[in-house]
Parts: sequence; C-alpha cells; structure tokens
Amino acid sequence: MKTISIDPITRLEGHGKIEIFLDDNGEVANAYVQIPELRGFEKFCEGRAVEEVAHITPRICGVCPEAHHMAGMKTLDAVFKVEPTSTAKKLRRLLYNSFFVSDHTTHFYILAGPDFVVGPDAPVAERNILGVIAKVGLETGGEVIKRRRECNHIVEMLAGRQVHPICGLPGGVSKGLNAEEIAEAKQIAANSLEFAKFSIQLFHDMVLGNTAYKDLILSDMYAHKTYYMGLVDDQNRADFYDGKVRVVDPDGNEFAKFPASEYLEHIGEHVEPWSYLKFPYLKKIGWKGFVEGKDSGIYRTAPLARINASEAMATPLANAELQKFRETLGRTVHATLATHWARLIELMQAAEAMVELTNDPEIGSDDLRNRDLGTPGEGVGIVEAPRGTLIHHYISDENGIAQKVNLIVGTTHNNAPICMSIKRAAQGLIHKNGEISEGTLNKVEMAFRAYDPCFGCATHAIGQTPLIVTVYAPDGSVVAQGRQDPQ
Amino acid sequence: MAKPKVAFYWAASCGGCEIAVLEIHEKLLDVAAQVEIVFWPVAIDAKYKDVEAMEDKSIDVTFFNGAIRSSENEHIAKLLRQKSKIMIAFGSCASEGCIPGLANFYTKDALMDRVFKETPSTTNEEGILPGPETQVAEGKLTLPVLWDHVWPLEDVVDVDYFIPGCSPAPVTVAKAFETILSGNLPPKGSVLGASEVALCEECPRERHDKKVKKFYRPHEIVDDGKTCLMEQGIICAGLATRGGCGHLCINANMPCRGCYGPPPRVKDQGAALLAAIASAVDSNDEEEIKQIMSEIPDIAGLCWRFSLAKCSLVNKPVAAAAQ
Ligand code: SF4
Ligand code: SF4
Repeated sequence: MKTISIDPITRLEGHGKIEIFLDDNGEVANAYVQIPELRGFEKFCEGRAVEEVAHITPRICGVCPEAHHMAGMKTLDAVFKVEPTSTAKKLRRLLYNSFFVSDHTTHFYILAGPDFVVGPDAPVAERNILGVIAKVGLETGGEVIKRRRECNHIVEMLAGRQVHPICGLPGGVSKGLNAEEIAEAKQIAANSLEFAKFSIQLFHDMVLGNTAYKDLILSDMYAHKTYYMGLVDDQNRADFYDGKVRVVDPDGNEFAKFPASEYLEHIGEHVEPWSYLKFPYLKKIGWKGFVEGKDSGIYRTAPLARINASEAMATPLANAELQKFRETLGRTVHATLATHWARLIELMQAAEAMVELTNDPEIGSDDLRNRDLGTPGEGVGIVEAPRGTLIHHYISDENGIAQKVNLIVGTTHNNAPICMSIKRAAQGLIHKNGEISEGTLNKVEMAFRAYDPCFGCATHAIGQTPLIVTVYAPDGSVVAQGRQDPQ
Repeated sequence: MAKPKVAFYWAASCGGCEIAVLEIHEKLLDVAAQVEIVFWPVAIDAKYKDVEAMEDKSIDVTFFNGAIRSSENEHIAKLLRQKSKIMIAFGSCASEGCIPGLANFYTKDALMDRVFKETPSTTNEEGILPGPETQVAEGKLTLPVLWDHVWPLEDVVDVDYFIPGCSPAPVTVAKAFETILSGNLPPKGSVLGASEVALCEECPRERHDKKVKKFYRPHEIVDDGKTCLMEQGIICAGLATRGGCGHLCINANMPCRGCYGPPPRVKDQGAALLAAIASAVDSNDEEEIKQIMSEIPDIAGLCWRFSLAKCSLVNKPVAAAAQ
C-alpha cells in the first residue's frame, strides 16, 4: 500500500502530522492527523493554589493565552461562587474582543488570505502575505501589523503582558483603565472597526465576486454535515465571553443548550492509540467513529460552528453581514471554507463591541472586584476561543488547593472533523496516476487551514505551513514528491 | 563579512517564544536582513535531513526554545548542538523547564492515566493509552516517545547563552539580538537581553521595611497599587528573579512569579525565594516563622513555579540520554 505523508511542519519536527494512505488502486483509503505532544496540564495543576491555575494554564498555548486566562478567571468566579462587578466584566470583554480582532486579523490576512486573495493555484512565490500586499496594496499589509500591535497594546494595558496576560482574580480583574488609557483604547477601537469594514468589503470583492472561489467554497469536497457548538446570550446571539453552550443539529435545529456547569452531561472524549489528542463527541448520541451526519456524535466548534449555532450576531453591522452570509449560503452551512467568511463576521462583532465598550462610562470605574468570595469548591468556566469552545473545570478543596483539573481546548473539539476533512479533500483531489501538483497539495492543506488548528499555532503566527507530500510505491521507493516552499 | 547563519527550533513549549520573536515588530525586519536563517521549521522548509547534511559548526547561532520532554526533542537538541557554534536557550522552558517542568511533580504514567483514563469527560473503557506505534488497517502510525521527566536544555547539551522569560519580553528579545549581532559576546554562560540585578531593583513600587505577620493570596487582599507587594503580604518573586522584563506583572498589579529565572549569582531560584519569604516575616522566633510560612499554600509550586526542572532539592534521574 502506498503512503502519502503530509507533514505540516516537516517530517520529524512533531507538533502535528498528516498521514494519507492510498489503496492498491491508487485512491485515498484513509487519512490520519496525529498530534505527537502531551504536556499533561490536567495532572500537574493538581496541588497548586487554585487561583494560580488561571495563570498556569495560559502556557497551554502562546498564541491564545488570552482565551485560557479568560476561561481560567471565569472558572475561578465559579470556584469562589462570586459574580464579577459590572466594570470587571466590561474590562474582561474589552480585553477579549481586542484579542479576537488581533487573532482573526492575523489568521485571515497572513494565514488564509493568500489562498483567497492571491488564489489557491497562484505560484507559491506569490501565495503569502507579500502576495496579498501586492494584490491589495502596501497599506493593507501595514494595517495588518498595526492592528495586531494596537490590539495587543490594549491587552498589555489591562493585563501587563502581551503573551501570557495576567489580570484575572476571582470576582474581577487586578487593573482598570485611566482616562488617558481609555482615550487610547477608543482610538484603537475606532481603527479596528474601520479595518473590519474594509476586510469585509475586500472579501466581497475578491472572493464572492469570483465564481471559481465560490465554487471551491461550496464544493462537496470541503463539506461535512455535523453538529455545531457555540456560546450564545439569552437571545441566542453569538457571544465569545459568556452565555450558554448551544448545540444545533446538521439541519440547524437546537439539539441542546446548557450552562457551563453541565458540560459533562453533553461532551465525551474518545481516545485513539495513535494520537496524544483526544476526540470529543456528543455524549447523548455517542462516539460512532469518524463519520458525519445526524446519527454521529461528531460536532464542530470555531467561527463557522458559532455562526451556525447562533440565531443572530450581537452587534448591528455583524448581524447585517450574517444576513448576507445566510442569503448566499443558507441557514446552516456545512462548507468548511465558509469559516473564513464567518471569521470576518466575528471580527466585525468584536470590533463593534470594542467601540461600544470603550464608549461605556463604566469602563473607567475603579469598581474592579467583587470581594464577596465564597468557600472555594468546584467550578467550570467556558469561553469561545478563536479556535473553538474552551472549557476549564477546577475542583478545589475548601483551602483553595486544586484537587482535580479538566480541560477541553478549542482545537480538540475539531480533532475528529479535521481528520475527516483531510480525508475528504484528499479523496477529492488525489487519484490514481493523477499528477499531484503543488496546487493540489495546497488544496488538501486548505481543508486543514480553515480550522486554524492550534497545534499549528506557531505556524499560525508566522504565516505559512511548509507542506511535503511524498508518494511511496509499495516497495518504499519514492515515486512522486511535491513540495511547497513557504516564502 | 558573510551574514551569520542562524537556526530557530522549538521543543516542548507553548509557541509563545515564537510569538515573542514577532513582538519586536519592525525590528524583526532589521534582524532578518542581517542574518541568514538556515533552519526554522515554522517559517522555512529546511528539513531535519538538511540539518544533518550540514557541516559541524556551520550554523553560527541556534535559538532553542522549549523544554526536553520526548526522544525527538533531545535528538534535535543534540543534532543542533553539533552543527552550531553557539547554542542559546531561548526562554524559560529551555532555560529552566518553566511551567511544563511542573510535570516533574508527577510521573509520566500518572500524567497519562489522568489525561486518557481519569478525566471526567473521557470515555475509555478499554483503557487505551496512545503509544509510539499503532497498527491501523492501512498501515503503521508512529508517535514520539514521551519521557518520564522534563529537562532544561543544558541537561542534555552544552549551552552557551540563556535568554530568560516566559515568554521573553520584546525588549529582551531585541537587546539579545543586538548583542549577538554586535559580535561582542559576553562570557559563556551569560544571560542575554536582561539585567544584572534582581527585579526588585527595577520595581517602581515604594519600599520600606518588610514586616509581614501574615501572607495573603492575591484575591484575599486589595493591593494599594503603590507599596511593594511583599510588604503588603502578597508573595512576590521579585527578590529572587532577574530584572529586565519591565516589571510587566507588577504593572498589572499582580505579583511576579519569577519567569526571568534567578538573579545573577543565584543558582536555585526557588531556594532564594523561600529565603526571601522567610526574611520578610516579622519575627525572630523560628517556630513562629515556620508557622507563618506553613500557611502558604503549595509553597513548592510557588517558589519553583518556573524552575522545578532545575530544583536542586528534587532527585531526578540522570539526563535523558540514558533512556
Ligand atoms: S517584591 Fe515585588 S513588588 Fe516588591 S519591590 Fe520586589 S518586585 Fe516590586
Ligand atoms: S514580573 Fe516576573 S513573572 Fe512577570 S514578566 Fe517579569 S519576571 Fe516574569
């Protein structure tokens, strides 16, 4: 049997590899995405002072430490049975929406943008951020860098550090904003909103205006009928920071809606011997293997899933764009590549929220903490990380020492769907005796990239995933090799 | 003069050190123009065998971030050491083991059992544990072997310089690059990009005599925003930590936890912090000091938060090579 190995980071470096097996007819038999890492936070957080767990867990990921810190501080609220002050919640939301703008911008322009703006079949040398800049103008490239820096600056003002922010306390936050900082944050919010508008216009002009791209987005090859999960507010509108977890079935009907504290009734994690990352599924349906459809417990999270799980967006411009999205693609969208459009709708909501929050007079208040803490116990905190629903669960003894910790991170929810998407794309693109062109390889990889998987987190930052595909004959000799050199 | 050849690699880490390199923004472009990057798995597609084919010592500088947790981590660390003139431990994981090093409180089996068998969301009736080799219907799948212990880089290879921080602050990264590019290198073993004093000396907070009768956890007290945290009874690692980060955590009214490693001439950061805590206690009575200190929760996990993998009090097996 022939094997195709796609190592996103190159063969021996770890952090995620894709193995594709061909059958004797040269067709794709199966695909596996393997995660070769384990650090074991669920164990070594045991015995720590429980409030410190919110500062330890951000080290799970240096790309989205904000999400872990936020989930951690919400878990501490639950552990200490305390409701944060209204100001604290607003400051947390400001930090979180700033982070969303920065992260979604980075993903869209640096990681995914090249495929759409420059084109999936464009020469490799152009398919990168420089190509994007060449196509849309130098100013845009500068804007991307500026957005990142400005939004990170808000994180720094509120939480000291850009990487591994530190401000979370049960019942609130450790630092507020003074008048000068608020003025700065207001300007950054206004800039972010303009940029979100620009990005959506760009998507309409470059992608939706192009039939070939639209066909690609809608092709069966990139579609899966699964359940979808996301946090919603009391009107079933998308919320990144708080609310209930809502699950819709592949037809878009509500399947479940539950508060954080009930996640164990709904989510199970399956173990496979060939990956250090588990495979979550809906417990009430069960693990039925790597299959899609209503009878399989597989669900998805992250931008497309959140949009599917919501009835509306929480802010006006984002909601208007959601209507366009639904008019074009339907109410419940299974096309994985539509994730990029969904991400821009979320970018808009985050930017609008930043404007709203920085104009809220309460943001300057010094009522930062509710100090009415209860005896520590058990708590669950859930936020939406850019890459999916993020669940922290701490059990503390009455002295505030963590006894047990459980964590289900964004990319983990999508672990099984990513495997399925890679297989589907490979099956659609790789055929017997077919030439495996560089563009073909890139299209296989696009299925992976749409999820913005966190195990490629460093890749996410730098911008392009090296991809090597080797076709081996049954005797082990190399019959074809494709290689994509990132620029 | 030819541009120096540099390599970047990351082992067991969170990716934050890679982000730290990006956070120097435009300066990164300056640096990139002055060097030739020969190996950086996330950014350029040079493969392991390309590195193997290089002549020994043909890479001028390797920046290695992440701790050593698996066979693969150690293998590449050794290979890069052999190919590099200068080996730099970049960030806290490579320097001290950092947060992943807290795993050394437990065995690997305990870690695996917790993650794959015991967590309440896991359903695993057959008790499957992921392992190095799995036969699936279509062929064989492999995974790296995880070791029983987390090691700082210098426990497996000779390290020339250290860049501290979890992750290193932009100012540290920029300064370290500057020093290296200047060619004017300090003695082997030096820490680059940070200060030669403890963090306390750079801290803007007001200090008086430290007289603490009771220690508080950060959520148990309202910090006044201007007095030394330790004086207020909030344990802060500033005295046992190298300066240079810009007191980032203090800026957010939170105590330092020591991510910049020990200050100059201190070997064991945790032991130094223990001593600093003891000397802040307002008592001459040994029993009373003991009593006050015994009320501090998880004092080992606090004092050795970033340096457990280097803790001199914990017995650890001889370095990974033996395995
Ligand atoms: S102990 Fe902490 S707060 Fe006090 S001076 Fe040192 S660094 Fe500053
Ligand atoms: S204050 Fe301490 S923990 Fe915070 S960044 Fe500086 S050295 Fe690291």
